[in-house]
Amino acid sequence: MENKSVRRVLALLFSVVAMVVSGLVAILAGSHHLNLLRALHGVSPDHEILIELRLPRALLALWAGGALSLSGVLFQALLRNPLATPDTLGVSSGAALGAVLALFAGWGGSGGLSGASIAACVGAGMVLLLVVAVSSDRGKISSTGLILAGITINIICGAAIVFLSSMVGFLKSFAVTRWLMGGLDAPEYSTLLGLTVLLTPVVLVVFWHGREWNVLAVGDTWAATRGLSTTRLLVIGCVAGSIMTGAVTALTGPIGFVGLIIPHALRLWLGADHRILMPCSFLLGGAFVALCDVFARTLLAPVEIPVGVITALLGGPFFIWMLRSRRAGIRL
Amino acid sequence: MSSLFQLDKATVRYGSADVLSSVSLSFEAGAFIAIAGPNGAGKSTLLSLLAGLLAPSSGTCHFEGRDAHRWPRREFARRVAVVQQAEPAVFPFTAEEVVCMGRMPHRTGMYESAEDHAASARALAATGMTAFADRQYSTLSGGEKQRILLASALAQAPEVLLLDEPASHLDLQHQVELHQLLRDLSRNGLLVVAVTHDLNLAAAYANRLLLLHQGSVRADGAPSEVLRTALLAEVFQVRVELHHRPSGQPWLVYGE
Repeated sequence: MENKSVRRVLALLFSVVAMVVSGLVAILAGSHHLNLLRALHGVSPDHEILIELRLPRALLALWAGGALSLSGVLFQALLRNPLATPDTLGVSSGAALGAVLALFAGWGGSGGLSGASIAACVGAGMVLLLVVAVSSDRGKISSTGLILAGITINIICGAAIVFLSSMVGFLKSFAVTRWLMGGLDAPEYSTLLGLTVLLTPVVLVVFWHGREWNVLAVGDTWAATRGLSTTRLLVIGCVAGSIMTGAVTALTGPIGFVGLIIPHALRLWLGADHRILMPCSFLLGGAFVALCDVFARTLLAPVEIPVGVITALLGGPFFIWMLRSRRAGIRL
Repeated sequence: MSSLFQLDKATVRYGSADVLSSVSLSFEAGAFIAIAGPNGAGKSTLLSLLAGLLAPSSGTCHFEGRDAHRWPRREFARRVAVVQQAEPAVFPFTAEEVVCMGRMPHRTGMYESAEDHAASARALAATGMTAFADRQYSTLSGGEKQRILLASALAQAPEVLLLDEPASHLDLQHQVELHQLLRDLSRNGLLVVAVTHDLNLAAAYANRLLLLHQGSVRADGAPSEVLRTALLAEVFQVRVELHHRPSGQPWLVYGE
């Protein structure tokens, strides 16, 4: 018992340190060698690079990675399936389609809660409902059904986005294509503030229900006979997951596989208890995307690779390994 | 003694077929009731009804004067625990974590209290699973899983224990130990209702046997009254010889 608590505190500490270090690396690394001291004393151009480019971008990377990774753990618990993530379920694509629709319809605007963000959250939620409805049969949700429904919705949303892009001019369409690969561009501080105000309560609510997610992750009846309202938990989980995925996707485009790699690796290390798994996934998910973005910016500098390409190149093989792995305990 | 459960013409219908038809029963505290019957007789449905997981299509199933399925879930779970057949384990929870989930209806915060851990430790000890506490639940054998599920229900500290074939994966020693434990619990005032296929163990340990057939109660009473060769042959469609142990308890031999 003592041992377990100590291990948890260490894991949490490690995650916090990893997140801070990755944030610092993301700020310091890049084509321009940033001198932090000069930047903090307001010396140009280091000051501008820090305040206008690197810092907001690093913060966005941390939020994006954290929210996507936490959404992954949440969807996995709700659907009792280690392969459920915002991308495999098609929820990210739904969010992307919502955002693109809003963009073309001109509902956009600046500030944290833009039309695109709201449309993305709604798109994410609609896809989640659709996927679950399609893949469930008399209350049982099959893994195969879930993944196939996710793939299908990914394709449909992708096609719809291409269709929309074809209808608008080349420049807009190019911007959308670039955004669809999942890219982090330095956002306005007002946008970051909006994101923080929106996501902080959602993340805290998800953390707070850790003990409930544990029970729900074992089974529906299991949870019901232990006094939980499974419907209430499903609603909370789906709404929270849609908001996190939607709000992030609207700003960054779909960044794949974060919700798969981080939760799974952490489960091997820490076990399944969501009270420790969720905070660590959130922190390390942020660290992971921040570091991937460093690679994205520096690997072929001055050319920038979209960060979604890096996470996909790392995450794709990992996903295949998971499919083949006995240890991952996946039964399709 | 007043009855905990009161079923009045309870009927459960799926589509046009009655899975349970017009069952009237009452269950008192301190009894160990075995429910037997062939596959599809409605045993698990009856258990779901008692667990409040299912509403009767007609008739009523009351727990303490209120419809079982209308009870606030948490309040109900503090008094009634259910042991279902093994849940598939997708995530790497430890056995102790699974047992501790039985404390959910008593929750006071985000983490288990010292009292919760003490209750879990007692439940693990009662089922002989203390040594398995830190093992991963998914790596346990079928029988070990069943004992962990029972421990989780015991940690719930209920007044009523509902079990669906709790011995189906247990070896002989553990089958006997389980039935002894259930009998002792009922003697301490718990109501124990267990669906079973083992009529001999039911006869030896339960003090009431309910024989279901095609959704109806065919016989209800002390095991020695219910276990009659002609009745069993008709209900189970198998030849049965009835013997008696030195203690006078019925002892059945099935088949040719």
